[in-house]
Amino acid sequence: MKTHENGSPWIISVFILVIFLGGWHLLTLRPSFHANGKTDEQLQMMEFNGDIVRAGAGGYIWNPEKMNGVPGPLAVVEKARTELSEAFVIKGTNDHGIAYLVLYTVSRFAGGFLAASVVAIIFGVLLGLNRVLFRAVNPFIQVLKPISPLAWMPLLLYTVKDPKWTAVLVVFMAAVWPTLATTAFGVSSLKKEYLHVAAILQLSWFKRLYRVILPGAAPTIVNGLRIAFGSALVAVVPAEMLLGELGVGYLSWIEWNNLDIAGVIFAILVVGVVGVILDSGFNKLASLVTYQE
Amino acid sequence: MSEGERASKRTMTPNPKAVVQAASSEKYFECKVEQAVVSAVIQAAAPSRRRFLASMGAAALTAFVAEFLPLKEIAAFAADPVGKPEKTDLSIGFIPITCATPIIMAEPLGFYSKHGLNAKVKRAAGWAMVRDWSINKDVDAAHMLSPMPLAITLGVGSVPVPFYMPAVENINGQAITLHNKHKGVKTAADMKGFRFCVPFDYSMHNYLLRYFLAEGGVHPDKDVQIRVVPPPEMVANLKAGNVDGYLAPDPFNQRAVYENAGFIFKLSKEIWDKHPCCGFAISKDFATQYPNTFLALFRSIVDATHYASNPAHRKEIAEAIAPTNYLNQPVAVLEQVLTGTYADGLGAIKTDPSRIDFDPFPWHSMAIWIMTQMKRWGHLRGEVNYSAVAEQVYRAADCDRIAKELGYPTHQGVMAKHTIMGREFDATQPDAYVRSFKIHSMT
Repeated sequence: MKTHENGSPWIISVFILVIFLGGWHLLTLRPSFHANGKTDEQLQMMEFNGDIVRAGAGGYIWNPEKMNGVPGPLAVVEKARTELSEAFVIKGTNDHGIAYLVLYTVSRFAGGFLAASVVAIIFGVLLGLNRVLFRAVNPFIQVLKPISPLAWMPLLLYTVKDPKWTAVLVVFMAAVWPTLATTAFGVSSLKKEYLHVAAILQLSWFKRLYRVILPGAAPTIVNGLRIAFGSALVAVVPAEMLLGELGVGYLSWIEWNNLDIAGVIFAILVVGVVGVILDSGFNKLASLVTYQE
Repeated sequence: MSEGERASKRTMTPNPKAVVQAASSEKYFECKVEQAVVSAVIQAAAPSRRRFLASMGAAALTAFVAEFLPLKEIAAFAADPVGKPEKTDLSIGFIPITCATPIIMAEPLGFYSKHGLNAKVKRAAGWAMVRDWSINKDVDAAHMLSPMPLAITLGVGSVPVPFYMPAVENINGQAITLHNKHKGVKTAADMKGFRFCVPFDYSMHNYLLRYFLAEGGVHPDKDVQIRVVPPPEMVANLKAGNVDGYLAPDPFNQRAVYENAGFIFKLSKEIWDKHPCCGFAISKDFATQYPNTFLALFRSIVDATHYASNPAHRKEIAEAIAPTNYLNQPVAVLEQVLTGTYADGLGAIKTDPSRIDFDPFPWHSMAIWIMTQMKRWGHLRGEVNYSAVAEQVYRAADCDRIAKELGYPTHQGVMAKHTIMGREFDATQPDAYVRSFKIHSMT
């Protein structure tokens, strides 16, 4: 069988992007305004309501400030340009530049994810080393694992009484179960030979953990972390929206509040970019600990 | 009013030079007060003693008087009749609606700083969030719907925490907005089967909508659906046709017209003219722990509310509160709401300067009316001591004291006669009023 290996993939990527943007632009184009068949009174009304504005010689055009329907790519680019030019400006308690919002979201995410990973790996190793304990605790993990992290939010808010920590804890809840379950699994299904060798060498408990168990289970743990990472990233945006905490999730909420759909699209793009950045960072870390057998 | 403003400026905004020389001028001031007290003592004394006292010499005499009178405290009191706020960095929660105008604009227009506070307003996504922030002390004070401090104090829909509502923010300023497809609707009876939104269970919006429907023979719990939806989502829901209408705070009524999604069916002032809507709320804990801060905040709010009440200031205010940091709305929409010259969505431009107005005085009769409606719709069960709760939560006497101090008009009593859709409400007979309704959800 012959495979097509010689075309450059990025040319195809650019082609897809151009088709997509072009289609988007054409679909959202608005026919220019014609005053035909409208009485002066109706025109006045439309002007008062901000639908149309006067243009030069007594004619009217659609108000460029007022969106109708889904905005085109140019409007989104324009929105992105103004937002990025004010990326580091703080205009008040409720209006921080986009750079700060990204920073808040990333630190909220990092705090919750790192704490969850540490806790989950510690408990996962303990459970993985003790089969009886693992089987005793497993039913609870299976029940808690599928609960949406956001379902915890009201209870957390009620007990913690602080929206900032609640947001971090929601991320924690999203990230803790997958890592815990896979770590326990990875440690318990470690090759018996490894542990036997460690026993023969009479390694201390700590050395056994550090030299044999963790490296042996590392690929499985990293897989668990990867699942946890995805689920935490999914949780952080709605947590910010619901809690009203400043961040990129919150940005999408306030743009929605103002029915500024160009702003909503911009916020979605920012969430995507933040995800890509975090993900590539995670992959770098992961490649340090995985190995080929 | 201008006199009051000037007076408050005199006491509130210290001359920068005076601040620099604070140490020395304070000393000077203390001496002056001491001298005044001492000479008053001399004046008051009988002639023979007066001669004796005068012979003692100034320093000895001052020491002598100080034995009996706390001169230091008198000096401090005279220098600062307001009392220094114990806490000046404050955070105040708000929902981005025009009802919160005085609370919000007090930041950009400098009413908080004029009264010696560094207050920042913090936007919340919904009323439950404002309630939780307030109860958990994430904010020091908050903009609330006028039934909320009553509900929180009574423990309706939350743990009971004593709250104060020192001042009403806005009166009127809400509307029933319907989807464009309902342009033929004339009365409440035409609305059977509709799906409505209100911003919160314990809101004037909910109680006014229910009152309006019930007066038209429509049972709000049986003949229509009423859902709680955060105001910002209402316009989008209306646009999508998910709901038939809502009784909501502005700017979301005007915003529906602006988006060509709906029309203004009835302003809330046509149901009850001068009804309260939102208020300024603070926990009793905070007010007692920081009494001077509370007073300074109270002054800022009363001051700002009266400023907002003046139609001449409305355009300036619309521009001040439109940015992303506050309401995040087009200025054109806010101007239509605040000036009362607006497009109704039916093709007419209407003018009603009292579409929204601002008046801080929290009539106890308003609180009592709200509690009668809480009972009527089953939000509140059992016996209620209406006037005691009203007195505890709605700080009418304090509000008038501050109004007087700032030179604004004051009131004769705490009970007003209210007429709601042509029906008189007698606040002294709340139980009889509750029983008088045929349509209700009491068990």
